[in-house]
Amino acid sequence: MNYELIAIGTSWGGLQALSRLLSDLPAEIGQPIVIAQHRAVESPEGALARLLEQHTDRVVRDAEDKDTLEPRHVYLAPPDYHLLVEAGSLALSTEDAVQFARPSIDVMFETAADAYGERAIGIVLTGANDDGAAGLARIKGSGGVAIVQDPDSSERRRMPDAAIAAVDADAILRIEEMGPFLYGLCCEVARA
Amino acid sequence: MSEPPALPRRAEDLERLEIELLLEGVFRRYGFDFREYAQASLKRRLWRRVYAEHLETIAQLLDRLLHDPRCMERLLLDLSINVTAMFRDPSFYVALREKVVPLLRTYPFTRIWAAGCSTGEEVYSLAIVLQEEDLYEKTRIYATDINEAVLERARTGVFPLDKMQQYTQNYINAGGQRSFSEYYVAAYDSAQFSRSLVDNVVFAQHNLAMDRSFNEFNLILCRNVMIYFDKALQDRVHALFYESLETFGVLALGHKESINFTAFADRYEELDSNERIYRKVA
Ligand SMILES: C[S@@+](CC[C@H](N)C(=O)[O-])C[C@H]1O[C@@H](n2cnc3c(N)ncnc32)[C@H](O)[C@@H]1O
Repeated sequence: MNYELIAIGTSWGGLQALSRLLSDLPAEIGQPIVIAQHRAVESPEGALARLLEQHTDRVVRDAEDKDTLEPRHVYLAPPDYHLLVEAGSLALSTEDAVQFARPSIDVMFETAADAYGERAIGIVLTGANDDGAAGLARIKGSGGVAIVQDPDSSERRRMPDAAIAAVDADAILRIEEMGPFLYGLCCEVARA
Repeated sequence: MSEPPALPRRAEDLERLEIELLLEGVFRRYGFDFREYAQASLKRRLWRRVYAEHLETIAQLLDRLLHDPRCMERLLLDLSINVTAMFRDPSFYVALREKVVPLLRTYPFTRIWAAGCSTGEEVYSLAIVLQEEDLYEKTRIYATDINEAVLERARTGVFPLDKMQQYTQNYINAGGQRSFSEYYVAAYDSAQFSRSLVDNVVFAQHNLAMDRSFNEFNLILCRNVMIYFDKALQDRVHALFYESLETFGVLALGHKESINFTAFADRYEELDSNERIYRKVA
Protein backbone atom coordinates (compact mmCIF):
# COMPACT_ATOMS: atom_id res chain seq x y z
CA MET A 1 0.00 0.00 0.00
CA ASN A 2 1.21 3.49 -0.77
CA TYR A 3 0.19 5.69 2.10
CA GLU A 4 -0.38 9.31 1.20
CA LEU A 5 -1.37 11.09 4.39
CA ILE A 6 -0.51 10.95 8.08
CA ALA A 7 -3.14 12.45 10.42
CA ILE A 8 -2.36 12.99 14.11
CA GLY A 9 -4.67 13.99 16.97
CA THR A 10 -3.76 14.94 20.51
CA SER A 11 -4.67 17.26 23.38
CA TRP A 12 -3.12 17.35 26.87
CA GLY A 13 0.60 16.60 26.66
CA GLY A 14 0.54 16.91 22.90
CA LEU A 15 3.29 19.47 22.52
CA GLN A 16 5.91 17.18 24.02
CA ALA A 17 4.67 14.08 22.23
CA LEU A 18 4.50 15.86 18.88
CA SER A 19 7.95 17.37 19.35
CA ARG A 20 9.41 13.95 19.98
CA LEU A 21 7.51 12.31 17.14
CA LEU A 22 8.55 14.93 14.61
CA SER A 23 12.17 15.00 15.69
CA ASP A 24 12.38 11.19 15.40
CA LEU A 25 10.63 10.98 12.05
CA PRO A 26 13.00 9.58 9.42
CA ALA A 27 13.71 12.08 6.67
CA GLU A 28 12.61 9.62 3.99
CA ILE A 29 9.00 9.94 5.09
CA GLY A 30 7.64 12.45 2.62
CA GLN A 31 3.90 12.15 3.25
CA PRO A 32 2.14 15.35 4.26
CA ILE A 33 1.17 15.39 7.92
CA VAL A 34 -1.96 17.01 9.35
CA ILE A 35 -2.30 17.60 13.07
CA ALA A 36 -5.27 18.54 15.23
CA GLN A 37 -4.09 19.55 18.68
CA HIS A 38 -6.63 21.03 21.08
CA ARG A 39 -5.47 24.46 22.14
CA ALA A 40 -6.77 27.70 23.55
CA VAL A 41 -8.61 30.03 21.17
CA GLU A 42 -6.41 32.92 22.16
CA SER A 43 -3.10 31.09 21.63
CA PRO A 44 -0.95 33.50 19.66
CA GLU A 45 -0.81 33.28 15.88
CA GLY A 46 1.52 30.50 14.77
CA ALA A 47 2.98 29.85 18.24
CA LEU A 48 2.56 26.08 18.17
CA ALA A 49 4.02 25.89 14.67
CA ARG A 50 7.11 27.80 15.77
CA LEU A 51 7.62 25.51 18.76
CA LEU A 52 7.31 22.37 16.67
CA GLU A 53 9.49 23.71 13.90
CA GLN A 54 12.44 23.67 16.31
CA HIS A 55 12.26 19.88 16.32
CA THR A 56 12.20 19.18 12.60
CA ASP A 57 13.42 20.51 9.31
CA ARG A 58 10.00 20.05 7.78
CA VAL A 59 7.84 23.08 7.08
CA VAL A 60 5.37 23.39 9.97
CA ARG A 61 2.54 25.91 9.88
CA ASP A 62 -1.09 26.61 10.63
CA ALA A 63 -3.26 25.39 7.79
CA GLU A 64 -4.98 27.89 5.53
CA ASP A 65 -8.20 27.39 3.68
CA LYS A 66 -7.66 25.52 0.37
CA ASP A 67 -4.01 24.79 1.10
CA THR A 68 -2.60 22.21 -1.29
CA LEU A 69 -1.07 19.28 0.59
CA GLU A 70 2.66 19.32 -0.13
CA PRO A 71 5.16 16.57 0.59
CA ARG A 72 7.20 17.00 3.78
CA HIS A 73 4.88 19.71 5.08
CA VAL A 74 3.18 19.62 8.46
CA TYR A 75 -0.19 21.41 8.73
CA LEU A 76 -1.77 22.32 12.05
CA ALA A 77 -5.47 22.89 12.58
CA PRO A 78 -5.63 26.60 13.48
CA PRO A 79 -7.14 27.54 16.84
CA ASP A 80 -10.93 27.90 16.69
CA TYR A 81 -11.31 26.21 13.28
CA HIS A 82 -12.03 22.65 12.26
CA LEU A 83 -9.55 21.27 9.76
CA LEU A 84 -11.14 19.22 6.99
CA VAL A 85 -9.16 17.07 4.58
CA GLU A 86 -10.09 16.99 0.91
CA ALA A 87 -8.33 15.01 -1.83
CA GLY A 88 -4.98 16.78 -2.09
CA SER A 89 -6.02 19.87 -0.18
CA LEU A 90 -7.40 21.26 3.06
CA ALA A 91 -10.46 23.27 4.03
CA LEU A 92 -11.47 25.03 7.23
CA SER A 93 -14.78 25.40 8.98
CA THR A 94 -16.11 27.38 11.92
CA GLU A 95 -19.06 25.10 12.49
CA ASP A 96 -19.95 24.28 16.08
CA ALA A 97 -17.47 22.56 18.32
CA VAL A 98 -17.78 18.78 18.24
CA GLN A 99 -17.59 17.31 21.76
CA PHE A 100 -16.52 20.77 22.97
CA ALA A 101 -13.53 20.80 20.64
CA ARG A 102 -12.71 23.11 17.75
CA PRO A 103 -10.52 21.90 16.15
CA SER A 104 -12.09 18.47 16.48
CA ILE A 105 -9.83 15.47 15.93
CA ASP A 106 -12.84 13.39 14.87
CA VAL A 107 -13.76 15.84 12.12
CA MET A 108 -10.21 15.84 10.75
CA PHE A 109 -9.93 12.04 10.90
CA GLU A 110 -13.35 11.43 9.35
CA THR A 111 -12.65 13.71 6.42
CA ALA A 112 -9.17 12.18 6.04
CA ALA A 113 -10.81 8.75 5.90
CA ASP A 114 -13.25 9.99 3.27
CA ALA A 115 -10.63 11.62 1.11
CA TYR A 116 -7.81 9.09 1.49
CA GLY A 117 -9.46 5.81 2.50
CA GLU A 118 -6.90 3.02 2.68
CA ARG A 119 -4.10 5.46 1.94
CA ALA A 120 -4.51 7.26 5.28
CA ILE A 121 -2.62 6.67 8.53
CA GLY A 122 -4.27 7.93 11.72
CA ILE A 123 -2.41 8.38 15.01
CA VAL A 124 -3.93 9.17 18.42
CA LEU A 125 -1.50 10.52 21.02
CA THR A 126 -1.80 11.61 24.64
CA GLY A 127 -4.91 13.52 25.68
CA ALA A 128 -7.47 14.02 28.39
CA ASN A 129 -10.73 13.41 26.53
CA ASP A 130 -12.30 11.01 24.03
CA ASP A 131 -11.93 13.05 20.86
CA GLY A 132 -10.34 11.12 18.00
CA ALA A 133 -11.64 7.65 18.90
CA ALA A 134 -14.61 7.73 16.52
CA GLY A 135 -12.52 9.30 13.78
CA LEU A 136 -9.76 6.73 14.13
CA ALA A 137 -12.39 4.01 13.81
CA ARG A 138 -13.46 5.64 10.53
CA ILE A 139 -9.90 5.63 9.22
CA LYS A 140 -9.54 1.98 10.11
CA GLY A 141 -12.99 1.18 8.71
CA SER A 142 -12.02 2.75 5.39
CA GLY A 143 -9.01 0.47 5.17
CA GLY A 144 -6.43 2.87 6.61
CA VAL A 145 -3.98 2.29 9.45
CA ALA A 146 -4.80 3.07 13.09
CA ILE A 147 -1.94 3.77 15.50
CA VAL A 148 -2.33 4.68 19.17
CA GLN A 149 0.22 5.86 21.68
CA ASP A 150 0.75 3.32 24.44
CA PRO A 151 -1.49 4.63 27.26
CA ASP A 152 0.97 3.62 29.99
CA SER A 153 3.60 5.84 28.45
CA SER A 154 1.26 8.74 27.61
CA GLU A 155 1.20 11.90 29.68
CA ARG A 156 -2.62 11.59 29.77
CA ARG A 157 -4.01 8.18 28.96
CA ARG A 158 -7.69 8.91 28.45
CA MET A 159 -7.48 9.71 24.72
CA PRO A 160 -5.36 6.66 23.84
CA ASP A 161 -7.55 4.45 26.07
CA ALA A 162 -10.70 5.67 24.32
CA ALA A 163 -9.13 5.07 20.91
CA ILE A 164 -8.08 1.54 21.85
CA ALA A 165 -11.59 0.83 23.10
CA ALA A 166 -13.10 2.06 19.83
CA VAL A 167 -10.68 0.57 17.30
CA ASP A 168 -8.79 -2.63 16.81
CA ALA A 169 -5.55 -0.67 16.49
CA ASP A 170 -2.86 -1.84 14.09
CA ALA A 171 -0.19 -0.77 16.55
CA ILE A 172 0.03 0.53 20.10
CA LEU A 173 3.41 2.18 20.46
CA ARG A 174 5.55 4.24 22.75
CA ILE A 175 6.33 7.61 21.24
CA GLU A 176 9.93 6.63 20.48
CA GLU A 177 8.74 3.59 18.54
CA MET A 178 6.59 5.61 16.16
CA GLY A 179 9.31 6.88 13.85
CA PRO A 180 10.68 3.43 12.99
CA PHE A 181 7.16 2.02 12.64
CA LEU A 182 6.10 4.77 10.26
CA TYR A 183 9.30 4.27 8.32
CA GLY A 184 8.32 0.63 7.87
CA LEU A 185 4.86 1.59 6.66
CA CYS A 186 5.72 4.51 4.46
CA CYS A 187 9.09 3.61 3.03
CA GLU A 188 9.84 -0.10 3.13
CA VAL A 189 6.50 -1.33 1.88
CA ALA A 190 6.52 1.22 -0.89
CA ARG A 191 9.89 -0.01 -2.03
CA ALA A 192 8.98 -3.68 -1.96
CA MET B 1 -21.43 11.48 -30.83
CA SER B 2 -20.27 12.30 -27.35
CA GLU B 3 -17.94 10.07 -25.34
CA PRO B 4 -19.66 7.83 -22.81
CA PRO B 5 -18.89 9.16 -19.33
CA ALA B 6 -16.46 7.29 -17.09
CA LEU B 7 -18.54 4.87 -15.08
CA PRO B 8 -18.22 4.87 -11.30
CA ARG B 9 -15.88 2.08 -10.22
CA ARG B 10 -15.43 2.41 -6.53
CA ALA B 11 -17.79 3.17 -3.65
CA GLU B 12 -16.37 6.70 -3.44
CA ASP B 13 -17.12 7.33 -7.10
CA LEU B 14 -20.68 6.21 -6.60
CA GLU B 15 -21.04 8.45 -3.56
CA ARG B 16 -19.64 11.36 -5.57
CA LEU B 17 -22.22 10.69 -8.28
CA GLU B 18 -25.05 10.58 -5.74
CA ILE B 19 -23.92 13.88 -4.24
CA GLU B 20 -23.79 15.51 -7.65
CA LEU B 21 -27.28 14.27 -8.47
CA LEU B 22 -28.60 15.45 -5.12
CA LEU B 23 -27.15 18.94 -5.49
CA GLU B 24 -28.44 19.19 -9.04
CA GLY B 25 -31.86 17.99 -7.86
CA VAL B 26 -31.98 20.49 -5.01
CA PHE B 27 -31.02 23.27 -7.40
CA ARG B 28 -33.57 22.38 -10.08
CA ARG B 29 -36.36 21.64 -7.61
CA TYR B 30 -35.86 24.51 -5.11
CA GLY B 31 -33.33 26.90 -6.65
CA PHE B 32 -30.79 26.55 -3.83
CA ASP B 33 -27.37 26.21 -5.35
CA PHE B 34 -24.86 24.24 -3.29
CA ARG B 35 -23.15 22.75 -6.31
CA GLU B 36 -19.91 24.62 -5.74
CA TYR B 37 -19.62 24.30 -1.99
CA ALA B 38 -16.54 22.66 -0.45
CA GLN B 39 -16.94 18.89 -0.59
CA ALA B 40 -15.73 17.61 2.77
CA SER B 41 -18.00 19.74 4.90
CA LEU B 42 -20.96 19.30 2.54
CA LYS B 43 -20.58 15.53 2.56
CA ARG B 44 -20.49 15.40 6.37
CA ARG B 45 -23.68 17.38 6.55
CA LEU B 46 -25.48 15.36 3.89
CA TRP B 47 -24.71 12.13 5.72
CA ARG B 48 -25.86 13.63 8.98
CA ARG B 49 -29.21 14.35 7.33
CA VAL B 50 -29.33 10.86 5.78
CA TYR B 51 -29.02 9.30 9.25
CA ALA B 52 -31.39 11.76 10.91
CA GLU B 53 -34.03 10.80 8.34
CA HIS B 54 -33.34 7.11 9.01
CA LEU B 55 -32.24 6.57 5.44
CA GLU B 56 -29.30 4.66 4.09
CA THR B 57 -28.02 6.40 1.01
CA ILE B 58 -27.67 9.89 -0.38
CA ALA B 59 -29.80 8.82 -3.34
CA GLN B 60 -32.63 7.99 -0.92
CA LEU B 61 -32.24 11.44 0.58
CA LEU B 62 -32.62 12.96 -2.88
CA ASP B 63 -35.85 11.07 -3.35
CA ARG B 64 -37.25 12.43 -0.11
CA LEU B 65 -36.02 15.96 -0.83
CA LEU B 66 -37.72 16.05 -4.21
CA HIS B 67 -41.07 15.00 -2.80
CA ASP B 68 -41.06 16.60 0.64
CA PRO B 69 -40.32 20.33 0.97
CA ARG B 70 -40.16 19.99 4.76
CA CYS B 71 -37.18 17.69 4.35
CA MET B 72 -35.56 20.44 2.28
CA GLU B 73 -36.11 22.87 5.15
CA ARG B 74 -34.38 20.49 7.52
CA LEU B 75 -31.47 20.08 5.13
CA LEU B 76 -31.14 23.84 4.76
CA LEU B 77 -30.71 24.15 8.50
CA ASP B 78 -28.00 21.47 8.39
CA LEU B 79 -26.20 23.19 5.55
CA SER B 80 -26.15 26.69 6.91
CA ILE B 81 -23.24 27.32 9.21
CA ASN B 82 -24.02 30.56 10.99
CA VAL B 83 -21.57 30.42 13.86
CA THR B 84 -20.28 33.89 14.61
CA ALA B 85 -19.30 36.13 17.54
CA MET B 86 -18.82 39.76 18.45
CA PHE B 87 -15.22 40.84 17.93
CA ARG B 88 -14.27 37.35 16.77
CA ASP B 89 -10.48 37.58 16.32
CA PRO B 90 -9.89 40.75 18.39
CA SER B 91 -6.57 41.34 16.63
CA PHE B 92 -8.51 41.86 13.39
CA TYR B 93 -10.39 44.78 14.91
CA VAL B 94 -7.15 46.27 16.20
CA ALA B 95 -5.80 46.19 12.64
CA LEU B 96 -9.06 47.65 11.39
CA ARG B 97 -8.66 50.62 13.72
CA GLU B 98 -4.99 51.14 13.02
CA LYS B 99 -4.78 50.49 9.30
CA VAL B 100 -8.21 50.81 7.73
CA VAL B 101 -9.86 53.58 9.74
CA PRO B 102 -7.20 56.15 8.70
CA LEU B 103 -7.98 55.34 5.05
CA LEU B 104 -11.71 55.66 5.60
CA ARG B 105 -11.19 59.07 7.18
CA THR B 106 -9.99 60.41 3.86
CA TYR B 107 -13.43 59.92 2.28
CA PRO B 108 -16.33 62.31 2.74
CA PHE B 109 -18.67 59.32 2.83
CA THR B 110 -17.99 55.62 3.23
CA ARG B 111 -19.83 52.57 1.97
CA ILE B 112 -19.09 49.21 3.61
CA TRP B 113 -20.31 45.77 2.60
CA ALA B 114 -20.40 43.01 5.21
CA ALA B 115 -21.00 39.93 3.06
CA GLY B 116 -22.18 36.77 4.82
CA CYS B 117 -22.93 38.67 8.03
CA SER B 118 -24.94 35.84 9.61
CA THR B 119 -26.82 36.93 12.75
CA GLY B 120 -25.09 40.31 12.78
CA GLU B 121 -22.53 40.13 15.59
CA GLU B 122 -19.82 41.21 13.16
CA VAL B 123 -21.87 44.18 11.96
CA TYR B 124 -22.56 45.42 15.48
CA SER B 125 -18.84 45.06 16.28
CA LEU B 126 -17.94 47.05 13.20
CA ALA B 127 -20.49 49.74 14.05
CA ILE B 128 -19.04 50.06 17.56
CA VAL B 129 -15.55 50.58 16.15
CA LEU B 130 -16.83 53.18 13.70
CA GLN B 131 -18.75 55.03 16.42
CA GLU B 132 -15.72 55.14 18.65
CA GLU B 133 -13.62 56.41 15.77
CA ASP B 134 -16.22 59.10 14.96
CA LEU B 135 -16.78 57.71 11.50
CA TYR B 136 -20.16 56.14 11.90
CA GLU B 137 -22.18 59.23 10.97
CA LYS B 138 -20.74 59.32 7.49
CA THR B 139 -20.94 55.59 6.88
CA ARG B 140 -23.48 53.27 5.38
CA ILE B 141 -23.10 49.53 6.01
CA TYR B 142 -24.76 47.03 3.69
CA ALA B 143 -25.01 43.76 5.61
CA THR B 144 -26.01 40.78 3.51
CA ASP B 145 -26.46 37.05 3.84
CA ILE B 146 -28.04 34.30 1.76
CA ASN B 147 -30.19 33.27 4.71
CA GLU B 148 -33.20 35.49 5.48
CA ALA B 149 -33.71 33.87 8.90
CA VAL B 150 -30.33 35.02 10.23
CA LEU B 151 -30.88 38.53 8.84
CA GLU B 152 -34.13 38.72 10.75
CA ARG B 153 -32.23 37.99 13.95
CA ALA B 154 -29.50 40.46 13.00
CA ARG B 155 -32.09 43.24 12.65
CA THR B 156 -33.30 42.74 16.22
CA GLY B 157 -29.83 43.23 17.76
CA VAL B 158 -30.65 40.84 20.56
CA PHE B 159 -27.88 38.44 21.56
CA PRO B 160 -27.65 35.90 24.39
CA LEU B 161 -26.69 37.50 27.68
CA ASP B 162 -24.45 34.61 28.64
CA LYS B 163 -22.13 35.52 25.76
CA MET B 164 -21.47 39.01 27.10
CA GLN B 165 -18.60 38.01 29.33
CA GLN B 166 -16.67 36.58 26.39
CA TYR B 167 -17.66 39.49 24.13
CA THR B 168 -16.54 42.01 26.74
CA GLN B 169 -13.14 40.35 26.86
CA ASN B 170 -12.98 40.32 23.06
CA TYR B 171 -13.99 43.98 22.97
CA ILE B 172 -11.21 44.94 25.36
CA ASN B 173 -8.66 42.90 23.40
CA ALA B 174 -9.94 44.54 20.24
CA GLY B 175 -8.95 47.96 21.54
CA GLY B 176 -12.38 49.03 22.78
CA GLN B 177 -12.38 52.49 24.34
CA ARG B 178 -15.43 52.48 26.56
CA SER B 179 -17.20 50.12 28.84
CA PHE B 180 -18.77 47.41 26.69
CA SER B 181 -21.95 47.40 28.76
CA GLU B 182 -22.73 50.91 27.51
CA TYR B 183 -23.79 49.34 24.22
CA TYR B 184 -26.54 47.08 25.47
CA VAL B 185 -29.36 46.76 27.94
CA ALA B 186 -29.74 43.43 29.69
CA ALA B 187 -33.20 41.93 29.97
CA TYR B 188 -33.71 38.45 31.38
CA ASP B 189 -31.37 36.23 29.39
CA SER B 190 -30.71 38.56 26.50
CA ALA B 191 -28.76 41.69 25.65
CA GLN B 192 -30.52 44.28 23.49
CA PHE B 193 -27.93 46.30 21.61
CA SER B 194 -28.36 50.01 21.06
CA ARG B 195 -30.51 50.84 18.03
CA SER B 196 -28.12 53.64 17.18
CA LEU B 197 -25.65 50.97 16.05
CA VAL B 198 -27.89 49.99 13.17
CA ASP B 199 -29.17 53.45 12.17
CA ASN B 200 -26.88 53.35 9.17
CA VAL B 201 -27.10 49.66 8.40
CA VAL B 202 -29.14 48.10 5.61
CA PHE B 203 -29.73 44.37 6.08
CA ALA B 204 -30.57 42.63 2.83
CA GLN B 205 -30.63 39.17 1.36
CA HIS B 206 -27.90 38.56 -1.21
CA ASN B 207 -26.51 35.32 -2.60
CA LEU B 208 -22.80 35.54 -3.36
CA ALA B 209 -23.04 32.53 -5.66
CA MET B 210 -25.71 33.99 -7.92
CA ASP B 211 -26.43 37.67 -7.36
CA ARG B 212 -24.64 40.61 -8.92
CA SER B 213 -22.77 43.53 -7.52
CA PHE B 214 -25.09 46.26 -6.22
CA ASN B 215 -22.82 49.20 -5.38
CA GLU B 216 -19.24 50.45 -5.16
CA PHE B 217 -17.61 50.07 -1.78
CA ASN B 218 -14.66 51.45 0.16
CA LEU B 219 -14.48 48.39 2.36
CA ILE B 220 -15.75 44.84 1.96
CA LEU B 221 -15.68 42.32 4.82
CA CYS B 222 -16.19 38.70 3.94
CA ARG B 223 -14.91 36.59 6.77
CA ASN B 224 -15.37 32.85 7.20
CA VAL B 225 -17.84 32.63 4.36
CA MET B 226 -15.76 31.58 1.38
CA ILE B 227 -14.17 28.73 3.33
CA TYR B 228 -17.41 26.86 2.60
CA PHE B 229 -17.02 27.36 -1.16
CA ASP B 230 -14.91 25.38 -3.61
CA LYS B 231 -12.12 27.07 -5.52
CA ALA B 232 -14.15 27.83 -8.63
CA LEU B 233 -16.85 29.59 -6.64
CA GLN B 234 -14.24 31.41 -4.56
CA ASP B 235 -12.75 32.76 -7.76
CA ARG B 236 -16.14 34.00 -8.95
CA VAL B 237 -16.84 35.70 -5.64
CA HIS B 238 -13.41 37.32 -5.75
CA ALA B 239 -14.33 38.68 -9.18
CA LEU B 240 -17.55 40.06 -7.70
CA PHE B 241 -15.66 41.76 -4.87
CA TYR B 242 -13.03 43.13 -7.20
CA GLU B 243 -15.73 44.64 -9.36
CA SER B 244 -17.54 46.02 -6.29
CA LEU B 245 -14.53 47.76 -4.76
CA GLU B 246 -13.45 51.17 -5.83
CA THR B 247 -9.75 51.64 -6.53
CA PHE B 248 -7.88 51.66 -3.20
CA GLY B 249 -10.88 49.99 -1.59
CA VAL B 250 -10.13 47.46 1.14
CA LEU B 251 -10.99 43.75 1.26
CA ALA B 252 -10.91 41.93 4.61
CA LEU B 253 -10.99 38.12 4.71
CA GLY B 254 -11.03 35.61 7.56
CA HIS B 255 -7.87 34.82 9.51
CA LYS B 256 -6.95 31.74 7.51
CA GLU B 257 -8.16 32.79 4.07
CA SER B 258 -5.75 34.05 1.50
CA ILE B 259 -6.07 35.89 -1.75
CA ASN B 260 -2.72 34.54 -2.90
CA PHE B 261 -3.94 31.65 -4.96
CA THR B 262 -6.78 33.45 -6.66
CA ALA B 263 -6.77 35.15 -10.05
CA PHE B 264 -6.84 38.53 -8.28
CA ALA B 265 -3.70 38.18 -6.18
CA ASP B 266 -1.75 40.81 -8.11
CA ARG B 267 -4.58 43.34 -8.07
CA TYR B 268 -4.24 43.90 -4.34
CA GLU B 269 -1.50 44.88 -1.92
CA GLU B 270 -1.36 43.65 1.65
CA LEU B 271 -2.37 46.17 4.29
CA ASP B 272 -1.94 43.61 7.06
CA SER B 273 -0.77 40.16 6.11
CA ASN B 274 -1.61 38.46 9.41
CA GLU B 275 -5.13 39.81 9.45
CA ARG B 276 -5.68 39.20 5.73
CA ILE B 277 -6.54 42.80 4.93
CA TYR B 278 -5.90 43.77 1.32
CA ARG B 279 -6.15 46.95 -0.71
CA LYS B 280 -7.15 47.07 -4.35
CA VAL B 281 -4.41 48.80 -6.31
CA ALA B 282 -4.95 47.87 -9.94
C1 LIG C 1 -19.74 31.12 9.53
S1 LIG C 1 -20.81 32.43 9.05
C2 LIG C 1 -19.70 33.81 9.10
C3 LIG C 1 -20.24 34.97 9.88
C4 LIG C 1 -19.32 36.16 10.06
N1 LIG C 1 -18.92 36.74 8.81
C5 LIG C 1 -18.12 35.80 10.91
O1 LIG C 1 -17.00 35.70 10.39
O2 LIG C 1 -18.28 35.59 12.09
C6 LIG C 1 -21.06 32.12 7.31
C7 LIG C 1 -22.27 32.85 6.72
O3 LIG C 1 -22.18 32.80 5.28
C8 LIG C 1 -23.49 32.71 4.78
N2 LIG C 1 -23.46 32.21 3.39
C9 LIG C 1 -23.23 30.94 2.97
N3 LIG C 1 -23.33 30.87 1.63
C10 LIG C 1 -23.64 32.13 1.20
C11 LIG C 1 -23.87 32.69 -0.09
N4 LIG C 1 -23.83 31.93 -1.20
N5 LIG C 1 -24.14 34.01 -0.17
C12 LIG C 1 -24.18 34.79 0.95
N6 LIG C 1 -23.98 34.31 2.19
C13 LIG C 1 -23.70 32.98 2.32
C14 LIG C 1 -24.18 31.77 5.74
O4 LIG C 1 -25.59 31.93 5.68
C15 LIG C 1 -23.58 32.20 7.09
O5 LIG C 1 -24.40 33.13 7.75
